[in-house]
Amino acid sequence: MNELSLHMLDVAQNSLSAGAANVRLSVCDDAQGIRRLSVEDDGCGMSEEMLRRVCSPFATSRTTRRVGLGIPLLKMAAELTGGGLSIESRQGQGTSVEARFVLGHIDCPPLGDMGGTMQLLIQQRPDIHFVYRRSVPGGGFELDTDELKTQLEEVPLDHPDVLAFIRQFVNEQEKQLVEVHE
Amino acid sequence: MKSLAELKAIREKARDSVVMRKENPNNIRVVVGMATCGIAAGARPVLQAFVEEVARRGLDNVIVTQTGCIGLCRLEPIVEVYVPGQEKVTYVKMTAEKVAKVVANHLVNGVVVDEYAIGSAQ
Repeated sequence: MNELSLHMLDVAQNSLSAGAANVRLSVCDDAQGIRRLSVEDDGCGMSEEMLRRVCSPFATSRTTRRVGLGIPLLKMAAELTGGGLSIESRQGQGTSVEARFVLGHIDCPPLGDMGGTMQLLIQQRPDIHFVYRRSVPGGGFELDTDELKTQLEEVPLDHPDVLAFIRQFVNEQEKQLVEVHE
Repeated sequence: MKSLAELKAIREKARDSVVMRKENPNNIRVVVGMATCGIAAGARPVLQAFVEEVARRGLDNVIVTQTGCIGLCRLEPIVEVYVPGQEKVTYVKMTAEKVAKVVANHLVNGVVVDEYAIGSAQ
């Protein structure tokens, strides 16, 4: 995976299968050059036993076969830059995954098409409340599907024009954020 | 620059066409595998291309959805097309560039694109 936004899409799929009603994604860069990616949900969470094993490629909840690479790949990508990964989870309450990347490291992948990631998550599950928060030192923006719904009234979130808007909105805000603050 | 105020215009425009494609047994279903294997192989632009092409042509009998791992990770990105009354067609090693042809030939005109389908493409 060559974009951080692809990891976000992949990890967020786990929140959807965990039956979450609220999923918060965020990408926050701090003044020390650390980029924090996080996905938090209020889904079914994991048992302590699963939580201990979750970074192993041989831990998965799926039944088709016994490997799962989403979390191990994200962990590896983060560690390659000198960062790391942490997961907190409580059964019945939800899970939060945080990956830390060192921005200045040559192996740090670009953020990529985060608008596309949000567009496709919302296309898949317009019934879920998604929030995407992006911040850099001195600025930031947020996409909140509840806010979109208020504006849209009876028009559904997965209407093609709305999906196209979501992708463009996030990517244009990102571009502006980078231009203004770098 | 996009702002949330633009949603109002989308709302006004879309309001008339919100006869949503509810569960209709005659709908064609396009299913894109979006597990780790699919995403890593490039499924996101493929899915985006389907969403955009279907919207552009106004195909309101086509539903584009996502699924997990289809089980043939080495052939990802994989797209399955279900036309009611016909056998499922599995397209493998898809790219965004191949999508327009699948939409035009298969979804619109009912002709399977053999060269991208599993069997000939692998």
